[in-house]
Amino acid sequence: MKLKTLCGALVLAMALASAAGAQEQPRRGGVLRVAVASEPNTLDCHAGTTFTVVHHLAPHYSFLVKFDAANYPRIIGDLAESWTVAPDGLTYTFRIRDGVLFHDGTPLTSADVKASFDRIRQPPAGLVSVRQSDYEDISAIETPDPRTVIFRLRAPAASMLLNFASPWNCLYSAARLAADPRWPERNVMGTGPFRFVEHVRGSHWVGARFENYFEEGKPYLDGYRAVFMTSSSAMVAAVRGERAHAQFRGFSPSERDSIVQALGNKITVQESPWNCVILVALNHERKPFGDKRVRKALTLALDRYEGSKALSKIAIVKDVAGIQVPGTPWATPPAELEKLAGYSKDIAASRAEAKRLLKEAGAENLSFTYKNRGVAMPYEPLAVWLIDQWRQIGVTVKQEVVEAAAYYATLRGGDFDVAADFQCGFIVEPDLDIYKFQSSSISHANYSRYEDKVLDELYVKQARAVDAEERRKALRAFEKRLLDEEVHYIYTLQWHRIIPHSAKMRGWTITPSHYLNQQLDTVWLTD
Amino acid sequence: MWKYVVKRFLLMIPTLFGVAVVIFVLMRIVPGDIVELRFSGESSYASKENLAAERARYGLDQPLWKQFATWIWGLVRFDFGTSMWTGAPILQEIKLRFALSLQLAIMATVVGVLIALPLGVAAALKQDTWVDYLARVVSIAGIATPSFWLGILMILTLLVVFRWLPPMVYTPFWVNPWQNLLQLIWPALAVGYRLSAVATRMTRSAMLEVLREDYIRTARAKGLVEMLILKRHALKNAMLPVLTVTGIEFAFLMGGLVVTEQVFNLNGLGLLFVQAVTRRDYTMTQALVLLVAAVFIIVNFFMDLMYGWLDPRIRYR
Amino acid sequence: MAINVPFGAVDVTATEAARASWWAIVKDFCRRRPLGAAGAAVVLLLVVVALSANVIAPYDPEKVDFGAMLARPSAAHWLGTDAFGRDVLSRLIYGSRTALLVGFGAAVVGATVGAVLGVGSAYFGGRVDLYLQRVLDIFIAFPLIILALAIVAILGNSLPNLIMAITIPMIPRCALVIRSSALSIREMPYVDAARAAGFGHARIILRHMLPNVMAPYLIMLTSFLGQAILLEASLSFLGLGVQEPTPAWGLMLRGAAVDFAESAPWMAVFPGLAISLAVFAFNLFGDSLRDALDPKLRTL
Repeated sequence: MKLKTLCGALVLAMALASAAGAQEQPRRGGVLRVAVASEPNTLDCHAGTTFTVVHHLAPHYSFLVKFDAANYPRIIGDLAESWTVAPDGLTYTFRIRDGVLFHDGTPLTSADVKASFDRIRQPPAGLVSVRQSDYEDISAIETPDPRTVIFRLRAPAASMLLNFASPWNCLYSAARLAADPRWPERNVMGTGPFRFVEHVRGSHWVGARFENYFEEGKPYLDGYRAVFMTSSSAMVAAVRGERAHAQFRGFSPSERDSIVQALGNKITVQESPWNCVILVALNHERKPFGDKRVRKALTLALDRYEGSKALSKIAIVKDVAGIQVPGTPWATPPAELEKLAGYSKDIAASRAEAKRLLKEAGAENLSFTYKNRGVAMPYEPLAVWLIDQWRQIGVTVKQEVVEAAAYYATLRGGDFDVAADFQCGFIVEPDLDIYKFQSSSISHANYSRYEDKVLDELYVKQARAVDAEERRKALRAFEKRLLDEEVHYIYTLQWHRIIPHSAKMRGWTITPSHYLNQQLDTVWLTD
Repeated sequence: MWKYVVKRFLLMIPTLFGVAVVIFVLMRIVPGDIVELRFSGESSYASKENLAAERARYGLDQPLWKQFATWIWGLVRFDFGTSMWTGAPILQEIKLRFALSLQLAIMATVVGVLIALPLGVAAALKQDTWVDYLARVVSIAGIATPSFWLGILMILTLLVVFRWLPPMVYTPFWVNPWQNLLQLIWPALAVGYRLSAVATRMTRSAMLEVLREDYIRTARAKGLVEMLILKRHALKNAMLPVLTVTGIEFAFLMGGLVVTEQVFNLNGLGLLFVQAVTRRDYTMTQALVLLVAAVFIIVNFFMDLMYGWLDPRIRYR
Repeated sequence: MAINVPFGAVDVTATEAARASWWAIVKDFCRRRPLGAAGAAVVLLLVVVALSANVIAPYDPEKVDFGAMLARPSAAHWLGTDAFGRDVLSRLIYGSRTALLVGFGAAVVGATVGAVLGVGSAYFGGRVDLYLQRVLDIFIAFPLIILALAIVAILGNSLPNLIMAITIPMIPRCALVIRSSALSIREMPYVDAARAAGFGHARIILRHMLPNVMAPYLIMLTSFLGQAILLEASLSFLGLGVQEPTPAWGLMLRGAAVDFAESAPWMAVFPGLAISLAVFAFNLFGDSLRDALDPKLRTL
C-alpha cells in the first residue's frame, strides 16, 4: 500500500538550510514582506489553477491534512488530529481537532468539511471545480458527529490521501456556502493562521495574525505583506535592496548570483529539484514522427549531461531526469538511467546511432517546426539548446512560439509536429506524475497522441503493486518503454528551484513544489 | 469657420465607431479565448461542459452582433463593463494605472520640450554651423536610439557605477513625492529624449520658416535688437507647429510605452494593454483601445482646428 | 495629420534630373550635404555587410559553444559571447540581414501601398476619398503595438508575418501624406486638360501624378526604414518578432542580455548600438534627401 511510501520519512530537499535556523527558538512578532509577480484572478481555491492563487490564499485557510515541509513528503494533520484508512481502502475516517474557529468567530465542524469537499467533487450548477475528476472515486461523505468526517470510496484509490493534502482544497464555511455558493470567489474567510486584511489592486495584499488560531503560539508572525511586482527584475531588486524578505516561486541562477553578490551572508539560499519538467511531445499522427526510429533519434541527439552543466548556469533547470524527480524514493538511480536512450554518457556513439536511425527511416534531412510555449524561462533557453542538439544530427528545426491563449488549443488539437509540453505536480508520486503518458483513450493529457496497451498495463501494474520491489520493477519497465523502446515523449532536464531569501526569515523549508508550504504558519523573523 | 469645426467634430464619431468595430472583430479573430486560458493552468483539466458553461457566463456564446450591440449600448451609457480576467470594473483597473501613465507622459513631454526648445532655436539661429550640425546629430540620435535600450543602459549604469537602483514600487505623487520622482525620472528621461528629438527638428524648421518671413526682415532693417525680434515675433509664431507635434507625441505616450514600462517595471497602461491582449480579456482590450484612440482622435481634432484657423486653404477642402 | 501643401510642387524637375548624369548628382549631394552622405555611406556599408555575412562573420551565429559561455570581448571573440557561447559579432553581422530585410520589406511595401491609396484617393476624390480617409483615420488612431500583437497572434510568429505586422500601421500614415501632395497636383490645370483631352485614369495617374509625389514618397520611404527597424527591435524584445535561434538585433537584447547585464554587459550594449547606428544612418540620409528634394515639406 502506498501508506508505506508516504509515511516513509525520506528527506527529499537538497536544501542548504541555515545551520542556526535549525536550532534557534522561534521568535514571535514582525511583519514578513514578500514579493509576488501577480494578483489572483479568483479568490476561490477550488477554481484556481495558478501558483498565484495558492500563494495568496494558503495563509488564510486550513486543510484536512498537509505536507510537512521540513520532512517532505511526510503528511501531517492540519485540521485533522488523526485519521484512519480502512484495510480495503474504501473508507477514510478523519477526526477533526477541537476548538477550530473561522475568522469570523464561528466554529468549524465536520459539516464545513463535508460542504467544502462536496463543492469540490460535485460543484453546483455554473460553478467550476477544476480538479473535480480527481475526486470521482468518492461516493459519499458522512458526518456522524461534529468532529468526524468519513469519506466513502467506490474503488480503492492509492493516492487519495495525497489528494486530501492538496493545497487547492481550502475548507470553507458551510453556512456561507449555503447562503451563496459563489461567496468564496469574492471573499476570503477561512480557519488559517492569518486573517485577511486587505487587497489593494495593483499594489499589495495584507494578512494579519489570527489570534484564535487553533495551534497555540502560532503563527509567529504578526502579519505579512505581499507586494505585487510586474517583473522579475523588480523582485530581484526588492530582495537585493532588502525591501522584501523573500519571493516564493523561484529565481534564476543569475538573479541568485546578483543577490548573493550584493548581500553576502545576509542572504540564505535554499535550492531543490523542482517537480516540474519540460517534455517534448512528438505527434505520432504526423509523419515521420509515427516512426519510432525517428523519435529515438531525436532523444539520442541530446547530450543531457553537458546540457545540465551549462544550462544550470543560465536557466532554472539542472538535473538529468527520468520519470521521477532525481533523489526521490522511486527515481531511477543514475547508473540505471544511463542505459536508456539519450542518457548515455557517450554522446558521440548516441549521435552516430541517431544518424543511422534517421537514415534507416528515410528521414535523413529531417526538418520541422518546434512549437514552444510563450513563457520565457526556461522554455526559451531549452528551445535554443534542443535546436542546437538536433542540428548535430543533421536535423533542421525552426522554433515557433505559441502564446499562452492559443497554446492549449494547439496541444489538444494536435496542431503540431513537435511541441513543448510540461509536467508540474505538487507531490512527487508516480501515480500522478506518469498518469498522462497512458494511451490517448485514457489520458486526456497525452498530447503525443498514441495508443500503447503495454504502457497502460505497466501503469496499472505499478499502481496496484503490493510491495515496493514489485512497484519499482514495474516503474523501471514503464520508464524503459516510454523513454527508450517507444520514445513516446522526451524528457529534458528537471527544473531547479532556487529561493534566495533574507537570512532573517526562518522556519521555512523549500519543497520540490512551489504550491506547498505557503501557509507561513511556521515562519518567524529574527531582528 | 464654424462649419469647419462642426464638420471635423462630427467626423470623430464614425472614426471612433470604426475603431470599436475593428478592435471587436480583431479580438474575436485572434485564436484562443479567456476561458481556455483561465482553466488551463499548470495542474488542471476542465471538461467541455465546464468550459461551455463559463463561456456562457461571459456571454461569449451569444451571436457576435448581439455581443457587439450589448457592448456599444453599455458604452453609450458610459458603462465600460468589467474585466473578464479579474472581474473588477474596468474603470477601476484603468484608474489604477492611469495616474502613473499620465504622470510619465507629462514628465517625458516636459523633459522633451525643455531640451528641444533651446536646441531647436539655437540650431535655427546658427544654421549650417557646427551648432546646427550638433543639434541635428543629437536629435537624430534621439530618434534612432531605441528607448528601451536606453532604459537598459540607464539601469545598468546606475547599478554598476553608482551601486544604486531606483525604487521599483510605485508610490503616487501625493503620497511621497520624492520616492515617486526618484522612480519616474529615469523612464521620463529615456522617453523624453526621443520626444525631444522630434520636437527639436520641428522647432528648428519652424524657426527657419519664420525667420525667412518678410516682417522679420523689416524688423531687422528697422534696427531693433535681435533678441527682441526673436521673442516677440519668431518664437511665438514658431510655437504653433511645435505645440501640435508635441500634442501628437503626448497622445502616443498614453498607452504606447509598452516596452519602456517593461524595462523599468512600471505598472502602467502599456502593461495593462499587453496583459489584456495576452489574456484575451476582450472587454478590457476594447475599452483600452477606445480610450487611447479617443485621446488620439481628440488631440488630432484640436490640431486640425488650429491648422484650419492658420491656413484658410485647407479649410475649404 | 495635415501637412503643409507645397505650392510650388516639384513637377518636372524629377524627370529632368533622371536625364542628367547620375554621378554628377551624387557628387553634388556629397559636397553640399555631408551628413546625408555619411548616412548613405553607412547604409551602403550595412547592405554590404548583410549581403556578405557568410563571408565576413568569424563564426556560425547559431553555433552553441558551452565552453565559451559569457566570455568577455577578446581576440577570439571581438565582441564577446552570449549565454550560449555564441559569438556576438557574428550574430550582429547576420542580424543585419533580418534588420534590413524587415526594414526594406516593410518600408517599401508600406510606402508603396500607401502611395497608391493616397494618389487614388486624391485622384478620384468625392465619396471614394471620404470613405478611404475615414478608414485610414481609424487605423492611424489604433495603437501600434496592439495591431502588431493582434496580427502576430492571428497569423502566427514568422518573419513574413512580422513584416506584415510592421507594414500595416505604416500604410495609412503614408497614404495621408501622399494624398495631401497628390491633392495639390489634382488641382493643377494640366490634369484637367488631360481629362478633357480624353486620357484614361491610369495614364494620368502614372504619367502626371505619380512622378510628382516621388519626393514625399521617397521621404516617407526612408523615414519608414528607420521606424521599421526600431519596431522590429521592440517586437522582438517583447517576444513577438523573430524567434531564437535566428540572430536579430532586438532579440539579442532580450532575456539573458538583461539578466546578465551586470556581469556581461557586452550582450546588451552592442546590439543596441547596432540598432541605433542603422536607424541613425537611415534618418540622416532621409533628412538630407528631403532637404534636397523639397525643403518646404515639413514631415514629422
